[in-house]
Amino acid sequence: MTSKFRIKRPIRKIKTILFILLLYIIIQLLMSFDIINPYFQKIICYAGIMIISALGLNLIYGFTGQFSLGHAAFFGIGAYASALITRLININHSLILLVGLFIAAGLSGIIAFVIGLPILRLRSDYLGIATLGFGIIVKVLFDNADAVIPILGGSRGMLGILPLTNFSWVYLFTILSIIFLFNLINSAIGRALISVREDEIAAEAVGVNTTKYKTLGFVIGSIYAGIAGGLYAHLYAFLHPSNFDFLKSIDVLLIVVLGGMASISGSIVAATLWVFLLEGLRVILPEAILDWRLVIYPLLLILIMIFRPEGIFGKREFKFLIYQEKSNVQ
Amino acid sequence: MSNNPYIILEIKKLSRNFGGLKAVADFNLILMPNELVGLIGPNGAGKTTVFNLITGMYKPTSGSIKFLGKEITNLKPHQIAQLGIARTFQNIRLFSSLSVLDNVRIAYSHKINYGVFDSLVHSPKFNIGEKIIREKSMAVLEILGLAHRASEIARNLPYGEQRKLEIARALVSEPKLLLLDEPGAGMNPKEIIDLMELISFIHEKFNLTIFLIEHQMRVVMGICERVIVMDFGEIISEGNPDEIQNDPAVIEAYLGSERKCIESEEVEDVA
Repeated sequence: MTSKFRIKRPIRKIKTILFILLLYIIIQLLMSFDIINPYFQKIICYAGIMIISALGLNLIYGFTGQFSLGHAAFFGIGAYASALITRLININHSLILLVGLFIAAGLSGIIAFVIGLPILRLRSDYLGIATLGFGIIVKVLFDNADAVIPILGGSRGMLGILPLTNFSWVYLFTILSIIFLFNLINSAIGRALISVREDEIAAEAVGVNTTKYKTLGFVIGSIYAGIAGGLYAHLYAFLHPSNFDFLKSIDVLLIVVLGGMASISGSIVAATLWVFLLEGLRVILPEAILDWRLVIYPLLLILIMIFRPEGIFGKREFKFLIYQEKSNVQ
Repeated sequence: MSNNPYIILEIKKLSRNFGGLKAVADFNLILMPNELVGLIGPNGAGKTTVFNLITGMYKPTSGSIKFLGKEITNLKPHQIAQLGIARTFQNIRLFSSLSVLDNVRIAYSHKINYGVFDSLVHSPKFNIGEKIIREKSMAVLEILGLAHRASEIARNLPYGEQRKLEIARALVSEPKLLLLDEPGAGMNPKEIIDLMELISFIHEKFNLTIFLIEHQMRVVMGICERVIVMDFGEIISEGNPDEIQNDPAVIEAYLGSERKCIESEEVEDVA
């Protein structure tokens, strides 16, 4: 059996890499022949951004078990931070995006650390309310940011952001996000994070520093949100504080719960479905009942919760996202 | 004497109040290397509170706890665990939706030598670390006869094996002191005999000091070298199993005094 595994592992790895490349090439080709129009290109990019953001929240809520309603705040911090930096540098080259994303990741990570240390002592509902409060504060700061830095635009919105995000960048960062999260949760650190969700007292009793791991999960998850926000800012080239209020946090939360808590596959599928359903219905539905899409969508939520309360995937994963250990003998 | 590193655990004048209730009062204890000591007493005597104080789950109202000559009174639970005090719980606390192997591996997490970056990219350092964790965990599972269950989900194990898994999880980080909180709770007589054998076995195999709470007299009297009896938060008796069984104070704590019996009978008669 062992030898079979030794051969099987690399083959599966190669298959996965081929699949990733093929998907990229297909979408690129479809774009260059204009079969996917620019409008849908943006939707595809937005789906990737939502996947990154949802993976971040899944790490915080699904894997580590910390209920957060402040995810959109970190998304917004990343968006504004990177938009500001690229505007200040003001060179229209797509590599500048990396600088912006780096700042976005760093700032959301640092803020998550500073906020996380005091509030992660709280449990479930209380933590939810504290993060909600944080989200509202951040939103108010965005609303009034122009008082300090005029180009942030405050409640009028921020204009003049360089449109640096393209499909290739989003695809790259989505894939990296998936790989990093997959690697992280299949490590001793990941197991420690999960043990916090399973039973905090037992985790402490076996030597897991629960405060450290809760903060770690929160920081990494928020960095994911920050990067997603940075990509978002340079995709639509316009930011408005209302894009980062707590309802947006709920959207991400819904994606995580719908897809399946602690399921990477679930977050990927649910984020994609969510984006395409919202936008797709706009195209499919006739003009007269267009507004009904806002009814169809929550109705779908209710139905899924009734028939699949554990989410679309539960805790299951796609085959290529199931970790196979090196020394697995059985 | 007070800083003698040969003493495993030294508890001095330990007290803990919950509001007006003295859950533990003036508790003194010295555990020497390789001892197997039992802690008994009626319900609500404060036995589990003593465990929670030793492991840092509760902070003492007053008093001090030293482990291997080091003051641990105000350390956090995970710090105490990392120093080498492992415990099990009265009502089993496993990571129930994880595999048997993962349950044990988590208890070895703090000994890993790779960081977040190694985890993100699965570096060579990660691979070496994971191999060690896996081998250590499988070795402990092997010893406790759970190796064939390694990939099963913990909550699907039968009750007795869940107890064993909790002990395996406690043992994997090679503690110096093992605290067992009612390991025999809910077991039938045959399982109790197996349990006694298991405790004696790991006591020798791992060169451990064991401190255990138990309600089943058979376990305590059968394997403990020394027994401490608590009632109302205080130690009322201490000695080897024979001495304990004949101590009037212990008999009173468990059965009530003769006078109290008569009184209660009278009450019953009136009723």
